[in-house]
Amino acid sequence: MPEKALAAPRRKPRGTALLGAVPFFGYVAIFLIVPTLVVVIGAFAGTDGAVSSANVEALTNGYLLDAFGRSIVLSAVSALVGAVLGALLAYALVTASGLVRRIATSAAGVLAQFGGVTLAFAFLATIGLSGFVTVWLHDHLSIDLYANGVWLFELPGLILVYTYFQIPLMVIVFLPALDGVRPQWREATESLGGSTWQYWTRVAGPLLAPAFLGSTLLLFANAFSAYATAAALVSQGSPIIPLQIRGALTSEVVLGQQNVGKAMALGMVVVVAVVMGLYSLLERRTAKWLG
Amino acid sequence: MAGVIARRRRNQRAFRWVVFVVLGVFFLLPLAAMVEFSARDSQTWPLLVNWPKLSDTYPDLADGIVASLEQAGLTAVLMLVLLVPTAIWVRLRLPRLRRTVEFLCLLPLTIPAIVLVVGLAPVYAWVTYFLGDSSSTLVFAYTILVLPYAYRAIDAGLSAIDVRTLAEASRSLGAGWSTVIVRVVLPNIRSAVLSAAFLTVALVLGEYTIASLLNRTNLQVSIALLGKSSATMSVAVSLAALLLAFALLLLLSLAGRSRKDSK
Amino acid sequence: MSGVAVHLEGLRRAFGSVHALDDLDLEIAAGELIALLGPSGCGKTTALRVLAGLEDADSGRVLVGGKDVTALPANRRDMGMVFQAYSLFPHLTALENVSFGLRLRGRRRDPGRAAAMLDLVGLSAHGRRYPHQMSGGQQQRVALARALAIEPAVLLLDEPLSALDAKVRVQLREEIRRIQTEVGTTTLFVTHDQEEALAVADRVGVMRAGRLEQLAPPAVVYQQPAGAFVADFVGLSNRLPGVVSGPVVAVLGTELPLITPAAAGRVTALVRPEAVDVTPDPDGSGRVLTSSFLGSTSRVTVAVAETLVVAQVASGQLPSLTPGTAVRLTLQPVPVALDPGN
Repeated sequence: MPEKALAAPRRKPRGTALLGAVPFFGYVAIFLIVPTLVVVIGAFAGTDGAVSSANVEALTNGYLLDAFGRSIVLSAVSALVGAVLGALLAYALVTASGLVRRIATSAAGVLAQFGGVTLAFAFLATIGLSGFVTVWLHDHLSIDLYANGVWLFELPGLILVYTYFQIPLMVIVFLPALDGVRPQWREATESLGGSTWQYWTRVAGPLLAPAFLGSTLLLFANAFSAYATAAALVSQGSPIIPLQIRGALTSEVVLGQQNVGKAMALGMVVVVAVVMGLYSLLERRTAKWLG
Repeated sequence: MAGVIARRRRNQRAFRWVVFVVLGVFFLLPLAAMVEFSARDSQTWPLLVNWPKLSDTYPDLADGIVASLEQAGLTAVLMLVLLVPTAIWVRLRLPRLRRTVEFLCLLPLTIPAIVLVVGLAPVYAWVTYFLGDSSSTLVFAYTILVLPYAYRAIDAGLSAIDVRTLAEASRSLGAGWSTVIVRVVLPNIRSAVLSAAFLTVALVLGEYTIASLLNRTNLQVSIALLGKSSATMSVAVSLAALLLAFALLLLLSLAGRSRKDSK
Repeated sequence: MSGVAVHLEGLRRAFGSVHALDDLDLEIAAGELIALLGPSGCGKTTALRVLAGLEDADSGRVLVGGKDVTALPANRRDMGMVFQAYSLFPHLTALENVSFGLRLRGRRRDPGRAAAMLDLVGLSAHGRRYPHQMSGGQQQRVALARALAIEPAVLLLDEPLSALDAKVRVQLREEIRRIQTEVGTTTLFVTHDQEEALAVADRVGVMRAGRLEQLAPPAVVYQQPAGAFVADFVGLSNRLPGVVSGPVVAVLGTELPLITPAAAGRVTALVRPEAVDVTPDPDGSGRVLTSSFLGSTSRVTVAVAETLVVAQVASGQLPSLTPGTAVRLTLQPVPVALDPGN
């Protein structure tokens, strides 16, 4: 009998084994695949239910194109600033003692997840109209942060706030690459007559370039997908695409606007997917060199 | 001695200090500002720790807190029930499906939450029809949202042990599949399961996008709402929520590290 | 391209309370290959890194070709260095790695030189491969070619073979010796493997606790170790009780010459296994305990009263030396060292 029980699973058709995976696939189908299909199909559905490219064409409308543009600018600038500062911080951590590094990476793990309403309020408390820094600067140095308009609720403000979670994310994704740089490479460069400058431009720079670029792309995707922080900060107007989607979702007035929202959503997925694809390509190169 | 190497070390140390101080100010200033801002009204903090009075004064906030705790707990349970047996089962019996499962689990990374909401709206029309519009129904969407993070944690745990050999060993001793999963594999990936649950709780407590756009409530939604009426209180609650998330995730990362060290 | 002399003078270097270099003096003649040998932590690698300029000395001087280079940074010392492993630049091909140093010197239009160096290490066919496409042994050959391409005044080898497997290790160390003789570069070779040091060097320096215990040609280090530490570290030694009287020490009934004179009295003598002959003899005082086959030679452990003696014998002898056999031991009259006793 025991032998039979042992042999049985091999003999049985795979059907029973497949049964075990049904709950997972069923769940994912309903709550992930169906919503994705809703977006994709909706983006190409006309008001009468027929296939139509009108929604996607609507994306080229001036204000939507502008919103996409601003989203891209916001993501690119916050990714670049975050990548540069994060890389500097990561390098500082690599040369620091073990304890400092441990605490800092743990903190980075927390801060990279820190976004949304609480982050928006943190910055309101800091440089909002009656924020700590705004008031202090005004009282002690007579500096008016907003002499040229309240930029906190516009693109510059969003960039600043996004940087707050971009830098820690960069630290987390870039540290492993820096760890892969072996001290022998610097010493070999030196013994071959290379200066510090030559080491950075000819060895460390080219070696770290794919990792840096890949991390920057990841940061871009991160900022591009972010909604909550901007939603909590910007209550008037919809400067970026996620906020435009909010507008399309909550407005019930304009007929057909729902499907334009889906087209925008599809546009976001396409941008993020392309960026993430490039990221994984660069990641593979990094693994070969610095793994 | 004229130490060439010593000079470089000094330069590095100076660089390190400049970076740490500048970025340290950038990261700590908003936190300090929140402390200062929330202390402007001396009533704020005493009120925040006095639950009966708080739920009296700000019923929406109290509802949001309760809803978030409920969602966090339920999402963790649903995620574990759905993911852990599947991950083990796929490794044991359906190795060919592993790539597919991995792909599906990581897919939400490329689908921003705001996009997911767009697609979820019609699905939630049905959810509301069958289960009502309680805020707990958000758990279904949240389980999808935490899937990439939870999957990676559990997959790492499973990779660290040889599931197949463990299963064959226990089956040769006469154990059935359920015994294998519950009493042999599960105890060996306990810390991975724990970190998946921790991550889930932390992520759900910070979620705003889906809750607000599906017209349900949770902590973040109620904080955002509160911001419109009482700025001081909303900053205080933000800070408290933030410290809670800090504590949760720090605990998680320290636990994860000590596990790695002991290996 | 003939070498220059190197002189390390009174080098001291402490890491906390540990003295990695304790007043180290070392002279390397032009074109000579010196192997620094010692257990880990004896300071041999520190000595090499101080010479390379990758580590500061607390005091002392480094002279290359009579010039004081102590204050010069590593990139101006003109030394070629081969590391233990993973020192090739992973984003460059083998050929690009070799020509890297030449390019830094602005000699980018010298394709012949790099190719010639690759040829010298026998890898001319692999110029386009990337480091991750090569075996460990091939990578070390490329590293050697890269170090030699810049025609350095001194070649530094920091345990270059320790990450390779045994067969490649032997092959490559012979090749290093051949190439070094061919180009004539003054070379410092650091290793913890005594066999490697003896095989490759003109002179071997045995280090302990930041000092040189002995600096001599391989045969001398092996046959006439300066003291017990060297005798112990270089090759395996039996510790046998003996009695000194005059210029000789009596061990197991045989009088052996002493390497260094010692006061009369009871001592512990260090006797090499290959200096012990074993003959089956029913009346012998020894009994074979164990025997192990090592290839062309074999190792036999013999108990004489309370003392255990390890002997190296020809494998042909093994069948007559099964455990339990009664044997007679004879010691060859080669000079022996004494354990200073502690």
